[in-house]
Amino acid sequence: MLKKTSLYDEHVSLNGKMVEFANFILPIQYTSIVNEHMAVRENVGVFDVSHMGEILIEGDKAISFVNYLVCTNIALIKPTRIKYSMLLDDNGAIIDDLLIYCLSETKLLLVVNASNKEKDYKWIVDHQKDGVVISDKSDYYSQIAIQGPKSKALLEKIVDLSLLPTKYYTFKESVKILDHEVLVSKTGYTGEEGYEIYGDGASIKDIFNHLIKLEATPCGLGARDTLRLEAGMPLYGHEMDGTTTPLDTSLEYFCKLDKEDFIGKDKLEDKGLTRVGLENLDKGIIRDKMEVYYNDSLIGYTTSGTFLPYLKGSYAMAIINKNYSMANTIVDVKIRNRLVKAKIVNLPFYKRKKVGG
Amino acid sequence: MEKQLLYSESHEWVKWINESEAFVGLSEYAASQLGDIVYVNIDADEVSLKDVLGDIESVKAVSDFYSPLEGTVVEVNQEIIDNPALINEDSENTWICKIANVTNNVKLLSKEEYDAFIKEQ
Repeated sequence: MLKKTSLYDEHVSLNGKMVEFANFILPIQYTSIVNEHMAVRENVGVFDVSHMGEILIEGDKAISFVNYLVCTNIALIKPTRIKYSMLLDDNGAIIDDLLIYCLSETKLLLVVNASNKEKDYKWIVDHQKDGVVISDKSDYYSQIAIQGPKSKALLEKIVDLSLLPTKYYTFKESVKILDHEVLVSKTGYTGEEGYEIYGDGASIKDIFNHLIKLEATPCGLGARDTLRLEAGMPLYGHEMDGTTTPLDTSLEYFCKLDKEDFIGKDKLEDKGLTRVGLENLDKGIIRDKMEVYYNDSLIGYTTSGTFLPYLKGSYAMAIINKNYSMANTIVDVKIRNRLVKAKIVNLPFYKRKKVGG
Repeated sequence: MEKQLLYSESHEWVKWINESEAFVGLSEYAASQLGDIVYVNIDADEVSLKDVLGDIESVKAVSDFYSPLEGTVVEVNQEIIDNPALINEDSENTWICKIANVTNNVKLLSKEEYDAFIKEQ
């Protein structure tokens, strides 16, 4: 049975093209992926991301418990701070990537991928110790993302700016927006400045409707995917899965091998793989799961790829043999039955210009 | 000779120029299903019925573009090669290629018949 988010009726009345995604029914687009993508790069867009899972970990040992489950070091995490991390299995392969919100010294909220939520929850419960209490809050939380250079200017119309978090990867709880109390974080998955708002369904619905009235562009899953790809951000099921370790996909920065023990640590080894960007120099669009060759040797596979609307070209990410990963190396990619030339480029493909301080 | 657009069940339209020549394009329904079209490549020359004329790629997906006619591809619309988004803007007034020496065609539907056909899909 497909789940509807609290914004389902809004999507339908905004002519969203509804599709099935991770057991939810969500809009892939409202008007056009390209238009929605550009609205976020140049103005401001709003996304329903209520499908994301939220798992609450409570207890005196909540931080050390989660620190054992993830590969980053969160031992010193403080309230209002957020960390990006990954859950690894006993082989060091990635179960999921997630955000860890430190609500207090005894309370962490894990925000996980919708498609992995049941698997994550079971994994965490199976490793429960130290009296921590684990609860799935996904049905309670609705979530919207407000993303783009005008996101702050937009929110200013409905909330006192002094209540909002100012630093990237921080959040504030009990922020009063209109008549609602919500959690607001300065996070996102687009490469732009932006915020994510978590709250009960009725609050999020009211805030969403106000933002649409204020002419924020509603954006679907299609633009969410093209924006994150342009920003070089990995997506579970593409740049990582149950056979990939963080080292295989260039996420070693998030593996703190010098911290105390964590699950999967002893299995993390360099397999000679790295994640790169590819710019298509030929005709056609490079997509995921395409073979990458250097001369006649297969050196890896693409993991995501499409036409990127802001850069206006065919780009892809790929996991390949490190020996061929120098920027500007020319490789061949097999698009259906023909080979096209592509150039290895640094990630991210797109980086926003920082304005002011 | 039918002056209106006729449609195939694989979502191309055909507009006859004379008995042996026609323009071929993509139906509005197919264009909206594909979403933003970003690349068109027509590389066929002599085609039989339902042969692949080329690729139409949108942000979301790649799709084969099939020939509803048997004949020879004599021209490709350079405007859509340069600006594939024209197909999304007005697919039924934007031809993709011209086929000459037409000797056969797939079953072609009127607008009404095609609308009824896509409703069943």
